[in-house]
Amino acid sequence: MRAAILGLALTSVVLVLAATATGSPAEPAQSGSCAKANLNLVEDGQLSLATDNPAFPPWWGGAAKKPWEVSNPASGKGYESAVAYAVAKQLGFSKAQVEWSAVPFNNSFRPGNKPFDFYMAQVSFAPERAKNVSFSNSYYFVNQAVVANAGTPISRVRTVAGLRGYKLGAQVGTTSYNYITRFIRPSQSAAVYDSNNDAISALNSGQIDGIVVDLPTAFFVVAVQLDDGTIVGKLPQRGPRERFGMVFEKGNTLTRCVNRALNRLWTNGTIRSLQRKYLARAGAPDLR
Amino acid sequence: MATLSTLVFVGLIALAVVKSPGWDDVKQSFFDPTVFRESFPDIARAFLLNVRIFLIAEVFILIFALVIALLRGLPGPVFFPLRAFATIYSDFFRGIPTILLVYILGFGVTALQLPGVPVSPIFWGTVALILVYSAYVSEVYRAGIDSVHPSQEAAARSLGLTRFAALRHVVLPQAVRRVIPPLLNDFIGLQKDTALVALLGVVEAFRQSQIDVSGNFNYTPYICTAILFLALTVPMTRFTDWLIARDRMRQLAGGMR
Repeated sequence: MRAAILGLALTSVVLVLAATATGSPAEPAQSGSCAKANLNLVEDGQLSLATDNPAFPPWWGGAAKKPWEVSNPASGKGYESAVAYAVAKQLGFSKAQVEWSAVPFNNSFRPGNKPFDFYMAQVSFAPERAKNVSFSNSYYFVNQAVVANAGTPISRVRTVAGLRGYKLGAQVGTTSYNYITRFIRPSQSAAVYDSNNDAISALNSGQIDGIVVDLPTAFFVVAVQLDDGTIVGKLPQRGPRERFGMVFEKGNTLTRCVNRALNRLWTNGTIRSLQRKYLARAGAPDLR
Repeated sequence: MATLSTLVFVGLIALAVVKSPGWDDVKQSFFDPTVFRESFPDIARAFLLNVRIFLIAEVFILIFALVIALLRGLPGPVFFPLRAFATIYSDFFRGIPTILLVYILGFGVTALQLPGVPVSPIFWGTVALILVYSAYVSEVYRAGIDSVHPSQEAAARSLGLTRFAALRHVVLPQAVRRVIPPLLNDFIGLQKDTALVALLGVVEAFRQSQIDVSGNFNYTPYICTAILFLALTVPMTRFTDWLIARDRMRQLAGGMR
């Protein structure tokens, strides 16, 4: 933790220095050490990005195009794809200069050189994770939610404490699973699956009562993947505010330039309008 | 001399690994002592589930596989359907990837929502392992039974033993003793395959280590799991080797007399 704070402090010092070195903060993001020619890239002249396959809506959109299933990250549609292209534009890349590859989540943090400049797949920041990779600043602040089949007893639960008696499931390696074990603390141990699809199979076969996923995914699961699903409710924020960040090779200097681009996108309202476009849906009840 | 050459050999390999350009990254990702200490107790607790699944499955496999092997050895045209069943069974369950069977039973059969049929993922994961390994083990039994010379059975029958008694007291004791090493071999495979039950949502050792890996973005918990599996399988492989050696000694001794 102390190392993380020190790292943050150092990063901010560097940021301040960089800002003073390149003059006023109103200058375009692609100047100075973050000029397109000076960026630390896997392949010169292009931005090599990666995500998991299949890439699910609402994070990714467009018609599926080989090798991609379900959607197409290169479409610029869907929230993460739109943010990626907005960042690319800030860094000075045209749409044609962005290349996508499929990298499973578990390979995104393997040791050694990474085949991508950055990776986006709803990866939540955690100080333990940041010891082995670098994270960008937040491009989305997340809430978790509970999904179940309509009409089942769990669908009438209105409090977090009320969830304790039910068997819950989540995808392995997600903060959704951590939320169950840390904050819901159910009486039966949580079930853990390779993918949300497996969790849905288990829900449909009665092996679990509910699934915990992030809220935008919950809307997609209920609308598309379940025949008669319902969002039981949005879970309250517990612990540090959860945020999605892009994943970089540890210590990659590109992180700083992407952060600058993200700051700009937050300030000029781009991120808010993309969230309205892709993630805003009718509200879900709050669990207390 | 053997010790010396082993030391030099192992030393050279270790040096090559440690001096490789990526070693620092790999060391941090796979051999982080803090992550090891933190994750080991949880993984060890989850590993008890693997041991339980393995022990329960093993009992059923030994029985089912023997039944299938015996069905396959039944003589005469009357028993053709049973022989055919046994053949198809072992072809089918040896041919299908275990991981698929785990999925089909764990998510498919339970989704039928048949009354009275359990939905527990541990139950269906264990059933899948029993079905697959019974097929393998039945072939091991069959090889053992076939290796007993037909004159043995003929001699037993000529002494007035029934077919069943000859099988029970003459053929099977010899057959089973011969196949103990390959049997144990299959059980080592079974122990490792208990990790497949994790696909159905069960948190056993492998899944627990996966949870710890993704929490830290560090692969050290996988090393914990590997050590636990080795702690179970290595004594068993040594025991198997010892059995083989003992058997060989006995046969050689018999030949000398």
